[in-house]
Amino acid sequence: MALLYKKILGHIGLNPERLKIEFMSGSEGNVYVDAVNNFVEKIKELGPLGESEELDREVLNLKLKAVKDLNFYFRLVENERLRVHFDTKEEYEKFYASAELQRLFSELIADKLAISEIMLLLREKPFTTGEISKILGLTPSETSRHLNSTARQGLVRYEGSQWRFAFA
Amino acid sequence: VIEDKCTGCAVCAEYCPVQYPDQFNQEISKNKAIHIYFSQAIPLVSYIDESCLYLKDKVCTACVAVCQNDAIDFNQQEEKIEIKVGAVILSPGLEPYDPKLRDDYGYEKFENVITSMDYERLLSSTGPYEGEVLRASDKKHPQKIAWIQCVGSRQVTEGGNSYCSAVCCTYTQKQVILTKDHYPEAECTVFHNDIRSYGKDFERYYERAENLPGVRFIRSYVSIGKENPETKNVSIRYSTSDDGVKEEEFDMVVLSVGLNPPVNVQSLAEKYGLELNTHNFCQVDPLNPIETNVPGIFVSGAFQGPADIPESVFSASGAGSKCGELLDFRRGNLAKERLYPPEEDVSQQEPRVGVFVCHCGANIGRVVDVPSTVEYCKTLPNVVHAQDQIFACATNSAKEITDTIKEKGLNRVVVAACSPRTLEPLFRDTLREAGINQYYFEMANIREHNSWVHSKEKEEATEKAKDIIRMSVARACHLESLQEFELPVNKVALVVGGGLAGLNTALSIANQGHEVYLVEKEQDLGGMVRKIHTTLEGLDVQAYLADLIAKVYKHPLIHVYTDATIQEAAGYVGNFITKVKSPKGIAKIEHGAAVIATGADLSTPTEYLYGEDDRVMTHLELEEQIVKGNEKVTGAESIVMIQCVGCRNEDRNYCSRVCCSESIKNALTLKEKNPQMDIYILFRDIRTYGFKEDYYREAAGKGVRFIRYEPQAQPEVEAGESDDGRSVLKVTLPDYILGKKLEIDADIIALAAAVIPSSTTEEVAGLFKVTLSPDGFFKEAHVKLRPVEFGTDGVYLCGTAHYPKFISETISQAYGAAGRVLTLLSHDTVTASGSVCEIDENKCLSCGACISACMYGALSFQETPLGRKAVVNPVLCKGDGLCNTKCPTGAIQLKHFADKGLLSEIDAAFSEEEIKKQIDMLVGV
Repeated sequence: MALLYKKILGHIGLNPERLKIEFMSGSEGNVYVDAVNNFVEKIKELGPLGESEELDREVLNLKLKAVKDLNFYFRLVENERLRVHFDTKEEYEKFYASAELQRLFSELIADKLAISEIMLLLREKPFTTGEISKILGLTPSETSRHLNSTARQGLVRYEGSQWRFAFA
Repeated sequence: VIEDKCTGCAVCAEYCPVQYPDQFNQEISKNKAIHIYFSQAIPLVSYIDESCLYLKDKVCTACVAVCQNDAIDFNQQEEKIEIKVGAVILSPGLEPYDPKLRDDYGYEKFENVITSMDYERLLSSTGPYEGEVLRASDKKHPQKIAWIQCVGSRQVTEGGNSYCSAVCCTYTQKQVILTKDHYPEAECTVFHNDIRSYGKDFERYYERAENLPGVRFIRSYVSIGKENPETKNVSIRYSTSDDGVKEEEFDMVVLSVGLNPPVNVQSLAEKYGLELNTHNFCQVDPLNPIETNVPGIFVSGAFQGPADIPESVFSASGAGSKCGELLDFRRGNLAKERLYPPEEDVSQQEPRVGVFVCHCGANIGRVVDVPSTVEYCKTLPNVVHAQDQIFACATNSAKEITDTIKEKGLNRVVVAACSPRTLEPLFRDTLREAGINQYYFEMANIREHNSWVHSKEKEEATEKAKDIIRMSVARACHLESLQEFELPVNKVALVVGGGLAGLNTALSIANQGHEVYLVEKEQDLGGMVRKIHTTLEGLDVQAYLADLIAKVYKHPLIHVYTDATIQEAAGYVGNFITKVKSPKGIAKIEHGAAVIATGADLSTPTEYLYGEDDRVMTHLELEEQIVKGNEKVTGAESIVMIQCVGCRNEDRNYCSRVCCSESIKNALTLKEKNPQMDIYILFRDIRTYGFKEDYYREAAGKGVRFIRYEPQAQPEVEAGESDDGRSVLKVTLPDYILGKKLEIDADIIALAAAVIPSSTTEEVAGLFKVTLSPDGFFKEAHVKLRPVEFGTDGVYLCGTAHYPKFISETISQAYGAAGRVLTLLSHDTVTASGSVCEIDENKCLSCGACISACMYGALSFQETPLGRKAVVNPVLCKGDGLCNTKCPTGAIQLKHFADKGLLSEIDAAFSEEEIKKQIDMLVGV
């Protein structure tokens, strides 16, 4: 689960090291202290959210909101499609670095996330395909693919007069 | 010390001026003349040792002055109390072997030679150095540690015990694993004889210890050499198969001492007229080790002989059941029912919180400024009352809480004291006494989480106490009243499996006045035991079995179904409904408890020409042939027995426990019939634990030859001819002592085939919703502490369905299961907790994540007006909250631990501004 969310963080342009999971038992106070101290060290190094990644604050907020909105969906996907069982951490890491996971990730998560981002963006005001691509860091062809599919579902519409897409 | 008054605050120990060696910590560290024996002691009260200055010289009494509950009374007199009882259970335990009895181990001569008991205390966080393993000589961490096995055990020389102490192999492995946890770079060496990891999951445990880096297991007798005068290191001489005798130096040497009978065992035996065996343990009934030669006196635990925790636990429960059989007619005579006032519905009222801050004597009060904390509590939202108490847990304080609730109309109570673990039930009860719902109670732990860990930072600790209480008050406001339900208990038991375990359980339950349904899949009762004729100790098993079966059939309360299968099992603790199909038709049995005693099977070997050559048979088949008097067997010139066939390997990574003794039993019987016969037992480790070691020695003494083999060089068997032209089976294997290949001519080969889970195990597990261990046997609720129960309430376990075991162990466990069943069936109702899960159907997506997460089968799909949704069966829900974390939409919530309460608690921890300030500070903006 944590690896999936690291992947999502990476996908929206944040450093995946901003998320950390560590296993420890209730009696391992020293492990806990070490883990927290190291993590605080790391975060200090990375600075405020988005800064070292050179992300625009507004875009980042929008992307984070899109992730938050889809949170329950990610958990479902993880449970239904990405649930694997390995014995070691290394094996999980290997799986999450594999091409197969990458394919599943773009199919199941990245696309849905992009659509969610586009919808949030269009809620504010209409944009052209080019503008959307630029703001969200998508390729124009991806953007138009998502716009076409959402338009088909009646979620967005094309404002011919403005040459722009708008929230339906 | 007056036990009723002492609250275990231990302030007295702090002021006591006398220091003397702490007996619980093996006299490695010091303790005071007045102290609590150890931190988990029950009752958790102080006691005064004979080293007390007042008891010696009538001076001091510092403790009397500091005790705030007046619990110390130096005028106490010895009292004699006469109690009339109908039965006695003796559980005097054991005494660790004292290696001083043999001076060749250097114990107490060399500082860094210690016993395993000493080492156990060193490893413990409540031990002499708070969990640091330090050498006595220089208080440094040892780098190279050696363990010596069988110290005082399996020795017929002066000062030793001839029996095997049964537990040392595995406890040593535990110490090795813990040592490596403490200090990954430590080098651990274990010098051992046979490794006897015969218990459940022990073989895997042994492998785990052996495969840790820097751990060596060396099969060798050793002698302690000398102490290096400078480093105080100790040298050990041992033999290796490759380079002969070696001498090596270790920083620390741990003697894995065995188990002795309890001290004063003779006077105890005399007092009760008990017979002791040759080893000075209790002489128990060989078929039922709970019974002694005196009717009405029972024994449990290691007094029966060296025993591990699970065996001790089920013999304890079994002894309870034996008493129940004797005294059932008086059950409940001394019990009194509690009456509570009716509960007032306060759910519509605004929260009115009362906070009680406990000083815990000086435990909290000395660190936390309690009066200022109380003043602070009064300023918190919704708090209408706050006060301090010296000991909130004392009886008069509880009364004070009850009175205040009534007087001030409180509807939520927060007690700021210790951990809820021990005292939450008491305080919940206090609320019930005052007529409000017990779930309106919340505990703030300002002792373990605060005053104990911050004893040097008084001001900060006071602030933290305020924080903790503020959080608890915030949560308390969101608590809801919950109802616990009383479920009726159907006082009937179902026993699945009519083998030795099932028969004994059924009989014991029926003897205590409960109806029992006994279901057996075969046509005849008896199970695996029908194939066993004698025990190693020489008892006639068949006669015993026939008698037992007759008793079961004659018992008016036992209904037997043979040739029967279970079709369906539904319900929950106290109220099960099971459908049984038998030649009598389909019966629907309603019962309150179920005992799974489905036994085990014997594996069919595929190796060593088994099934191809009729001279190759299993050990049980050999026993059968001996009893039948088959000339080919009893008249054979040479018999080879091969141990560990089909287990202790990759597929079945466990030890079948009984085969070593079974083969030795057969060997002894054959030697008796035909002393000329050559008998070879090819083994990996001989696991004749406990008193069975004596028979191993006897067999070796009678000329049975024991030859060890390694799993990577298994014996090979092929048909051939002996030198004198006899048609024989040729067995070849390497001999490690002679260092060459051995060839043995055998007329008969007996294979110690593995004991495997019964073929019905998986099906039964599915029906009763219980789980299996990795090896396919049933998985008990807790491997050590709850060995006859399942995680599923109302379902119990005994016999070889749990793990391979001997007849006496099976009977002991059967009584243990009966004891647990009686604990349930003797009640009219069971109480189910109110803190169970609840589902918001509007949010449920029917994904099923919660259902697969639940280990108790409490969740299922049901059609509702809103479609297919997950529903909770509150009776089965244990409130572990696992499903809560799995639900993607947060539809499932654990009552009493709902998000709203927990989040408000977190919100109260820090204000939003403070969090922002802290984050900014941390990232350096």
